[in-house]
Amino acid sequence: MKKKKSIEVTTQTVGRNRRNFLKVSGLAIAGSGLLLASCSDDDDNGNMLGGTFDLGTGDVGVLNYAYALEQLEAAFYTNVVNGSFYASASADEKAILLDLYNHEVNHREFFKAAIGANVPMEQQLTADLEFDFSSVDFGNRDSVLTTARILEDTGVSAYNGAGQYIQTAAYLTLAGKIVSVEARHAAAIRTIINGSADYTAFAGDDIIDDNGLDLAESPADVISKAGGFFVTPFTYKNPQA
Amino acid sequence: MNLIKFLDEFTTDKLQEPNTSRRAMFGQLGSLTKKAAIAAVPFGLATMSNKAMAQSSSSVVDVLNLALTLEYLEDEFYAMALDSGVLSGNAKAEAIYMQISKHESQHVDFLTAAIEGAGATPVAKPTFDFTVDGAFDPFNDNGAGQATAYAQLLALAQAFEDTGVRAYKGQAGNLMGNPGVLTAALQIHSVEARHASEVRRLRGLEGWITGNQRGAGMPEATQVVYDGATTEANIMQGGLDVTTLGSGSPFTVDASTQAYDEILTGDEAVAIASLFIVS
Repeated sequence: MKKKKSIEVTTQTVGRNRRNFLKVSGLAIAGSGLLLASCSDDDDNGNMLGGTFDLGTGDVGVLNYAYALEQLEAAFYTNVVNGSFYASASADEKAILLDLYNHEVNHREFFKAAIGANVPMEQQLTADLEFDFSSVDFGNRDSVLTTARILEDTGVSAYNGAGQYIQTAAYLTLAGKIVSVEARHAAAIRTIINGSADYTAFAGDDIIDDNGLDLAESPADVISKAGGFFVTPFTYKNPQA
Repeated sequence: MNLIKFLDEFTTDKLQEPNTSRRAMFGQLGSLTKKAAIAAVPFGLATMSNKAMAQSSSSVVDVLNLALTLEYLEDEFYAMALDSGVLSGNAKAEAIYMQISKHESQHVDFLTAAIEGAGATPVAKPTFDFTVDGAFDPFNDNGAGQATAYAQLLALAQAFEDTGVRAYKGQAGNLMGNPGVLTAALQIHSVEARHASEVRRLRGLEGWITGNQRGAGMPEATQVVYDGATTEANIMQGGLDVTTLGSGSPFTVDASTQAYDEILTGDEAVAIASLFIVS
């Protein structure tokens, strides 16, 4: 039996989390310690471990994991779009960010529906994850685009790393349909960030290795990077069914 | 292994049958004969027998050889493009092609090593004809002129990259049960998607595919890249019409098709690659 990965997302140590994320991404991320709202109505379900929701294992775990990440991306782009973008946004940049908003909101609602139809109620991740974007200056181009780049690259890396935990071929295909769109996003964002300074940024040497392979990170690594955005705590202790 | 023979095998039913000697030879890769459904199974049906839903199936080595074939094609195309001089003077396009060329070459080496590591024989590199019997002149070898050649060079790159994304995606189900191989294939898949986005944007399109539109300036012959048994215009995901999941711009047909890339079956990917293969 392979050793199962254990992942704790906790907001108990906000200061440390923020420093870790800063180190990794160059972005300041804040967190706080709110309880998961949807868990209060059922103390007996299997996904509540010590009061903290666990995403689960196998198909259920990946569906909830993807839903958490899509909720994060959708919430971010909703803020970007609702804030009328940043002041200097070009027409091209606005069009791209609006497309990304549309795609991520669609992904979020897809997972909501899919989980609602296929996952037992008590194992369903809440539709109302709370996020903390206080570290993002939505009026600032660099802040918005850098955050977008991190979210898209992380999304690609997360799907690539979690594909192996999917048990049902149809779900794997669905994840594949979405991850390539995330990769298309990532390339576009990287291109508008770097412009003529680096024409190779769309698939830069900072993310593609010497075998021509993209990032693939474990849920533990993904959550440690993006965890600062999540106000609602959750765990993903055993991705492998 | 001869490519034509391989393609022939890939597109016949032979792979549906157990091949004892092959299975024994490649045993170290694990459950090679695992049959996985790649059909778009509605959620309610997801627990049904995979076998009953299968459109096609093939072994891990067959999948890797199909991938290698597509990478050979891309690798040679970008190398010839950079040698042709058609990109000279265009620093942006040249830098993009060099970066993509590097990755495709790495993919060829990686897949070759993976197949050999499994004790199998990588499919031989075919002979390609990127003019498709003279229909195109992407390298300006036949007097098309720099501007026409450049446009065709970009159009073919878009077709190859969007094909690559769809083809890898279509094979993922056949790699279940081999986590290492599956993860590597997914890692190549998303690199192809980054390439596709960039080439499309270099051509003045969006990085994502709307409906089954091949996009402005794409030759009609490339429409097959955006069609197939499941076309890029598909709005049914997991049995759900994703245009009905909410209201507003995220759920327009355009946005709903952009948000999901679709698969090509192995047969469809082979058919596209075969257009450029002489022998």
